[in-house]
Amino acid sequence: MSQPLTGPELAGSCPIPKSRYPEITMGHGAGGQLMEDLIHRIIVPTFDNDILAALEDQATLSLPQSDSRLAFTTDSYVVQPLFFPGGDIGKLAVHGTVNDLAVGGARPLALSAGLILEEGLPIETLERVLRSMGEACRDADVRLVTGDTKVVERGKGDQIFINTSGVGLVAKDRTLSIASVRSGDKLIVSGTLGDHGIAILSVREGLEFETTIESDSAPLSGLTEKVLATGAPVRVMRDLTRGGLSSVLHELARSSQVGLVLEESAIPLKREVRAACEILGLDPLYVANEGKLVAAVPAESAEDVLDAMRQHPLGADAAIVGEAVADHPTMVLMRSAVGGERVVTMISGEQLPRIC
Amino acid sequence: MRYLDEYRDPVAARKLVQGIERAMTRPWTLMEICGGQTHTIVKFGIDRLLPKALELVHGPGCPVCVTSLEVIDRAHSIASRPEVIFTSFGDMLRVPGSQGDLLELKARGADVRVVYSPLDAVELAAKHPYRDIVFFAVGFETTAPANAMAVKQARRRGLDNFSILASHVLVPPAIEFLLQSPANRVDGFLGPGHVCTVMGTEEYEPLAERYGVPIEITGFEPVDMLEGILRTVEQLEAGEAKVRTPYRRVVSREGNPHARDLLAEVFDVCDRKWRGIGTIPASGYRLSESYRAFDAASRFDVETVETRESPICISGEILQGVKKPLDCPAFSTACTPQTPLGATMVSSEGACAAYYAYGRHLEAATTEVAR
Repeated sequence: MSQPLTGPELAGSCPIPKSRYPEITMGHGAGGQLMEDLIHRIIVPTFDNDILAALEDQATLSLPQSDSRLAFTTDSYVVQPLFFPGGDIGKLAVHGTVNDLAVGGARPLALSAGLILEEGLPIETLERVLRSMGEACRDADVRLVTGDTKVVERGKGDQIFINTSGVGLVAKDRTLSIASVRSGDKLIVSGTLGDHGIAILSVREGLEFETTIESDSAPLSGLTEKVLATGAPVRVMRDLTRGGLSSVLHELARSSQVGLVLEESAIPLKREVRAACEILGLDPLYVANEGKLVAAVPAESAEDVLDAMRQHPLGADAAIVGEAVADHPTMVLMRSAVGGERVVTMISGEQLPRIC
Repeated sequence: MRYLDEYRDPVAARKLVQGIERAMTRPWTLMEICGGQTHTIVKFGIDRLLPKALELVHGPGCPVCVTSLEVIDRAHSIASRPEVIFTSFGDMLRVPGSQGDLLELKARGADVRVVYSPLDAVELAAKHPYRDIVFFAVGFETTAPANAMAVKQARRRGLDNFSILASHVLVPPAIEFLLQSPANRVDGFLGPGHVCTVMGTEEYEPLAERYGVPIEITGFEPVDMLEGILRTVEQLEAGEAKVRTPYRRVVSREGNPHARDLLAEVFDVCDRKWRGIGTIPASGYRLSESYRAFDAASRFDVETVETRESPICISGEILQGVKKPLDCPAFSTACTPQTPLGATMVSSEGACAAYYAYGRHLEAATTEVAR
């Protein structure tokens, strides 16, 4: 039941309205406002601790008598279809967790995997997914060292769900943080946006369309090492996943209390992705990626970092797309091609295709 | 990218803006009919490039916004049935009825699916012979031909488990309704480019003549919009009231004859209730007698439930161009895309949603603080 639409709710109207949904909807998992609401309103307060509350992609914990800190992260994978152009659920499950470690400057050491299998899943499908996970581990130079398997009744799962957790080591003096962006910093994305989301859409039941776009699923640890090896005082790196570039930029803007300004014409997009977004009525700023990151770096180091990224195969299309400013803290603006400026808002739930 | 970049060219846009500045000798109020046009205006900040004396008000052309609460409740009632797979364009899913929206129904177990085309829903009907596939057929003359085609295909393929819940609306009667209103302050119209791609432009001529308003059939990209605005201003300044078509690359005077024939075969014109506005005579399509078997409303014999709109929401006045989103006390506070109180906040093409999506409320707040 939604709230009754009556007047008194207006009294003392809160700028952040209470969520309208008494049940979990798909939008709560889409990386936008609804999910953020869930995290801030329910999850973080429940476990009340500063490491969780920092909301970095990875928690870092001190180790006794060591020059390193332990980076720790977890992620679950529920993608459908399981196999799509450019990847599969197994690859994603390795890359996603490796990337959450890598963007914190950590060297990934080991992963765990929890498999939730639906009764009736062909063993052959499972083998295919696991083989792919194995290859992805080798590519990312990380070992899968522990795991768990559960089976649920037919209809209680969707073929296969995977959770992976990962640990890595990060140098003690490394201070990458979403709260450290300063006015004047440049924003660099490592390549074209939206490839993964559009590749998945192109094979989803009911939406099939012909495209050559492949998912960008890839381990970013090589790229992040390259960036950090420049010695540039990188403020933060984040991998772009659900909710796209927009969601990450909103987190940066809020945690660092800066405004961000994007230059629409500078944002790298594959021609096919741009066309698909125009046709489907989607905004590439909100479309998912699985092998891209955004970095905020001081202006004087921006060219060095950009060069370093471009020398790596996964950063060939890297570009400076905007900067942090002191004006309008927490807001993300975009200068449009025609010259007008607009605010980029955080998406509410899922991007719903437009009617016409 | 062809057909895109040249219509977003900053140099061409600047020239048109200068043309508009030169052409204006007095204030004018123009209305863009389509939700898609409203979206472009706000997304690219076009209203801010224009002279202050030129006001753009936003029209009723958002199909999601104007679908009546009764129809939405009927859709929800059908979607809740266990034998039904309810299919819809994406942005209808978030429209609140009296008891929540389709996303919530889905969360509680209803089989609700987003399709990009009604023909995909027909395919589902072929694939699931023991389920009832219902397509939520809303929209203007633009989406009507594809929906008509879906019904026709379903009949040809003998798919009697397919039906549509039709609530189509038509543009010309809505324009006439606005022009007859004593509150009307619109001097000229940017006509609906894609509606006219289907229907042609002829039916707009009597409107322009009878009410003395220029109508320029306009496209959806920034340069298209600015060209439509310039030409409407030029007509107004010259005291003319004609229907003309700058959006010539897809619109012709006779429209698409195949699509029009199909519409005439599958649909009848009927009175239609518009959300926020009321009933407008002869402003909708329903399935014609020979296709009535595909009408979901009669197939599922849905009772009409009593409906209640938010007393605060001013979407009716916004849809008629009398007010703007920032005039509403609930805008961005009690009413947001997560908690929409009314039609214009719901669809991505609604004026309130467009203002919200592009942060007009945040800017308003910032200006307020700066003062």
